[in-house]
Amino acid sequence: MTSSPPATSEGRVRRRRGDSRLGDAVFFNLSRGSGILLLAVMAAIAGFLAYRSGIALSKNQGNFLTTFEWTPDAAHPKFGIAVLAFGTLVSALIAMIIAVPVAVGIALFISHYAPRRIAQPFAYLVDLLAAVPSIVYGLWGVLFLVPHMDGLTRWMDQYLGWTYIFDQSKSGVPPRTLFTVGVLLAIMVLPIITAVTREVFRQVPRMHEEAALALGATRWEMVRTAVLPFGRPGIISASMLGLGRALGETIAVATVLSTNSVLSLHLLDPGGGTFAQNIALKFNEAQPFGRDALMASGLVLFVITLVVNGVARLIIARRKEYSGANA
Amino acid sequence: MSTMTTAPAPQLRQSLTNGRLPKWAPVAVTVLSIALGCGIGAAAGLKSHLQWGLISALLFVAVSYAVAAKVEGRRQAKDRFATSLVWVAFILAVVPLAALTFYTVQQGIAAINGNFLTHSMKGVVASTTPDGGIYHAIIGTLQQVLLATLIAAPIGLLTAVYLVEYGRGRLAKAVTFFVDVMTGIPSVVAGLFILSLWNIVLGFGYSGFSGSLALAILMMPVVVRSTEEMLKLVPNELREASYALGVPKWKTILRIVLPTAVGGITTGVMLAVARITGETAPVMMLVFGSDVINNDPFNNPQQSLPLYIWQQYSMVNNDFGYQRAWGAALVLIAFVMALNLVARGIARWRSPKSGH
Repeated sequence: MTSSPPATSEGRVRRRRGDSRLGDAVFFNLSRGSGILLLAVMAAIAGFLAYRSGIALSKNQGNFLTTFEWTPDAAHPKFGIAVLAFGTLVSALIAMIIAVPVAVGIALFISHYAPRRIAQPFAYLVDLLAAVPSIVYGLWGVLFLVPHMDGLTRWMDQYLGWTYIFDQSKSGVPPRTLFTVGVLLAIMVLPIITAVTREVFRQVPRMHEEAALALGATRWEMVRTAVLPFGRPGIISASMLGLGRALGETIAVATVLSTNSVLSLHLLDPGGGTFAQNIALKFNEAQPFGRDALMASGLVLFVITLVVNGVARLIIARRKEYSGANA
Repeated sequence: MSTMTTAPAPQLRQSLTNGRLPKWAPVAVTVLSIALGCGIGAAAGLKSHLQWGLISALLFVAVSYAVAAKVEGRRQAKDRFATSLVWVAFILAVVPLAALTFYTVQQGIAAINGNFLTHSMKGVVASTTPDGGIYHAIIGTLQQVLLATLIAAPIGLLTAVYLVEYGRGRLAKAVTFFVDVMTGIPSVVAGLFILSLWNIVLGFGYSGFSGSLALAILMMPVVVRSTEEMLKLVPNELREASYALGVPKWKTILRIVLPTAVGGITTGVMLAVARITGETAPVMMLVFGSDVINNDPFNNPQQSLPLYIWQQYSMVNNDFGYQRAWGAALVLIAFVMALNLVARGIARWRSPKSGH
């Protein structure tokens, strides 16, 4: 090494440095390029859907927001999202009402209540529930859950019928209803809500819990005063992530729900529809214009899920900083 | 004086044991409420055993509250009430999982045999015979998922490297946020997008590959998220040691950072694969489905397992179709679960050590 003339050594060093600069530049640009590509894909999704829906909306003879029918391929194209928006929101809402309390309970069970030997395997089990494909949920929903919902549906009709929404106008039909869809969606979003909530509950400062217990609080009082207030933003954002899933769920809804274009407040009557389910079902037989119309409804769904997920992520991000300061 | 100080002692001991329920109380309440629930269910003639269970669960919550309120006072009763609710939530989560797994296995096992796994639906009149199989669907699913992984994994990996190793400033923040948001894109929207871009604007027909493109969109953000987490776990000392030896940054990333995190990255990719394997909607719109074996994912419609299940259910729509659907569902679930278990196994086996 010392015997080599300084000029060549310097040259080698310079060349190597040049290599590494080139390598760094290539690698940096490649990785930044993929990041930009991801952003471009998002922008392209929004752009293309907006463009196609613009075409569709300009020829729509109904009101896009209030029309019930979906007949874009008729001589006078008429389509609107009233039924779809209602069905999407209602089924997702039912799913949330059922899933959020149960998910918080499960998360508490895993983080604070379960014996340690059960907690870890059970957490795995809940994660596995998230891996079941939605088409299997759909198949199970229509062939197993729907018959099992029959009794509950009739019971609710009988005793809660006075609330109007739980009144069945026609009994004896299989309950392929928005309510059943809500129950199925609740089962499907349970794992994701549980997973996020569980993580936040784990981050609760041990000191807060022990302080509460030292003051003589029972376990529930400890949970209420230390765990839940700390975890509230986590619960909210986890619910919104679940809500995003429930809003966009396609094939399970398409399998279970028996659809029609009637906007009915009777949740126990078969009928209604959701954005995603409508797209999936109408797609293959739609004409080019019908596809544009479906893309318009897809755009609405895209924007809704974007907002819901974005808000959820913002809450989580704020939380991260906060808990980081606390640790 | 001395009598006064000793007098409260026995009373205190008494109050420690008196106002408490014995340890076996929750078990007793459980047994009692299950017995009562079954009794009521049987008496009322409710057919579904799930309803018996629901009644038992409600009774369990109510009885444990009432007993505790009687013996221990309101605060303790509330505590018991919350505990029993949490346990009921646990049971509520187990029930659907058990029901789903049990029912799928029970129905699917009857359909699966050698013929089912090695034949397509070519020339089978689906609605009148139990014949036919899922071979073409397995081929299609494997090809589509492989292609999607080949597209999504490198992009996702590089994006994660960018975020962790290079990412500063506004672009990195935007990428992080939109990756998060992108994980929530409904699969049907990804399908619509690829359809309008690939099939309508660029004029390609139905093929396995256009399905893979949509699946790749769904897969990318998942890969980015998990890889990012793993790269963050790689201790900084390793990077610094490498820089100190004069190794350029890109080589450090390729030779030090990525190999250290490879276990976690593999896990993340496999979980993402498991997620997209079950996607139906984009496949339905872009791959279209077929009854015959098509080994070429770039031309002509293919079949895939989720789509096969959907078609057997919705188009055949009788017991023959249901049986084939359950058989395919069992194969699909087994595949996805196996991926999950292997992925988690790898994560355990090769998790990045914290450097100590």
